[in-house]
Amino acid sequence: MPIVCAERLSKTYRVAQKQPGLAGTLRHFFWRRSRSVEAVRELSFSIEAGEMVGFLGANGAGKTTTLKMLSGLVHPSGGSLMVAGHVPQRRQANFLRSITLVMGQKQQLIWDLPPMDSFRVNAAVYGLDDSEAKRRINELAEMLELGEELTRPVRKLSLGERMKAELLAALLHRPSLLFLDEPTLGLDVNAQARVRAFLADYNRRYGATVLLTSHYMADITALCPRVLLIHQGALFYDGSLEALSQRLSPCRLVRLELKTPLPASALASYGAVEAIDGRDVRLLIERDQLTATVARLLGDLEVLDLEVADPPIEDLIGQLFQQGVVQ
Amino acid sequence: MGRYLLTLRRFWATALASQLEYQLNLLIDLVAMAGNLAGSLFVLSLFYGPGRSLGGWSWEAALVVLGTYTVLDGVASSLLRPNLSTIVAHVQQGSLDFILLKPIDSQFWLSFRTFSPAGLPEIVTGLGLILWAAVKAGAELSPVRCLATGLMLGASLVILYSLWFGLATTSIWFVKTWNATEVLRAALTAGRYPISAYPLRLRSLLTVVLPVAFLTTVPAEAILGRASLSTGAASLLMATVCLLLCRGFWGFALRFYTSASS
Repeated sequence: MPIVCAERLSKTYRVAQKQPGLAGTLRHFFWRRSRSVEAVRELSFSIEAGEMVGFLGANGAGKTTTLKMLSGLVHPSGGSLMVAGHVPQRRQANFLRSITLVMGQKQQLIWDLPPMDSFRVNAAVYGLDDSEAKRRINELAEMLELGEELTRPVRKLSLGERMKAELLAALLHRPSLLFLDEPTLGLDVNAQARVRAFLADYNRRYGATVLLTSHYMADITALCPRVLLIHQGALFYDGSLEALSQRLSPCRLVRLELKTPLPASALASYGAVEAIDGRDVRLLIERDQLTATVARLLGDLEVLDLEVADPPIEDLIGQLFQQGVVQ
Repeated sequence: MGRYLLTLRRFWATALASQLEYQLNLLIDLVAMAGNLAGSLFVLSLFYGPGRSLGGWSWEAALVVLGTYTVLDGVASSLLRPNLSTIVAHVQQGSLDFILLKPIDSQFWLSFRTFSPAGLPEIVTGLGLILWAAVKAGAELSPVRCLATGLMLGASLVILYSLWFGLATTSIWFVKTWNATEVLRAALTAGRYPISAYPLRLRSLLTVVLPVAFLTTVPAEAILGRASLSTGAASLLMATVCLLLCRGFWGFALRFYTSASS
């Protein structure tokens, strides 16, 4: 029995339309005009308990709206939805105890006080007694490598420390279903890795189901064997990450810093030249030729620095949509 | 129930701790409160020369009304304003999401999340003023009368809360409702003076449309022994209806909550 089951899920918003300038403002003041925007269109998918699923899509694709419908914050305009055996928008206490929503851009911790105070509030709200709350806080703090930060005011914490404390606050009631909206947004590479390791650990320990959106491909590759890709509110792809990754990026992006600038023609034999900015070069090289080509580059040219990465996920998704590849 | 009480204790403990981080701010709030009360007493004293009365109310009886208003204003400063004025921000910034995701009544959370001690001196001063002025006006403070006054004061608080919460709820649709709550607060200052001090038309407006009369005049009449049983019943009925309406309205409004974009 799937823990999440969405059937032709849709959400339409009314959005005000206003022309720029004073005339537009006056017209808007007296004659309000609005149009319907289909944020999510007939989305159908299901998720089994314990799965870790990546939720991909460009900005405005409908990812956050879907997460908010799944967590019961937004009422769907159409379709049916069952999450953990409940209709989410009824927001029954048992349902709310079994889920959590973490939003990278928003925080629930009390800004002027140490995170510990926010945890105590959450413990009371979820009806955890002091000893149980303490045990869980210690356990999660250990998993997240949080120590004295828990007694420092939130406003004095670094972004990475704050995000880890946010996760602790969101997971204190030990939810079995995690909706994570950009949980690593703005974090440095180390903090991102720490958060990823923690989420994987949490999933293993408690068998929790995770639905994760992120613009960092590394989050998805590290955590999610399965991805859902949506575009303009509709499901574009549902399947393994490997198949999607191959399809999305047959090439890898190689960033070079050369000792002296070279024209594009001198670099064309190594791969597709994506951009040249003085001594900085970006090349797209096919995956199966990467090792050999990088060896050639290092042998032939005076290279000061070299970095291999996947092309930004938004670029890849954009390309995919332009190609119109629909599965 | 125990869970709600413990939650309330933690709410207020963290609220106090947050405010104590900014001592100067708290001090300014207390000074502003003292200035406000002194201003009210001065304005009221202007109406009273020797042998004059306001709408048939003596100086001492009018002070009871002012005392009631001061108590309500204190509760507004301590509880209503700090909590209900944040609803707009919660809607605008999307932090209402976190509240709606908790297995606790969202109206309870929004109404009692924080507490400001700045209104406490006002509440104490107001209660003191009510008792002192009532004795001076010759009222006999029997336990029954005190209980009835407490009930009327409770009904006043519920009416004021319901009006305020109802207005704040409209932020789900209109987002910006600061002005509306400020207009409400300004209208309530009319409750500083006995309702009979106003012209007849305004009196009807302040009784039926904005129930200012129920807020301050009725509790004052109760302690002075002037309130009829029907007035008391009307006040309690008004409070019950207002509370039920505001609660229903909140539930209705949440169906239209679209949550701020990420």
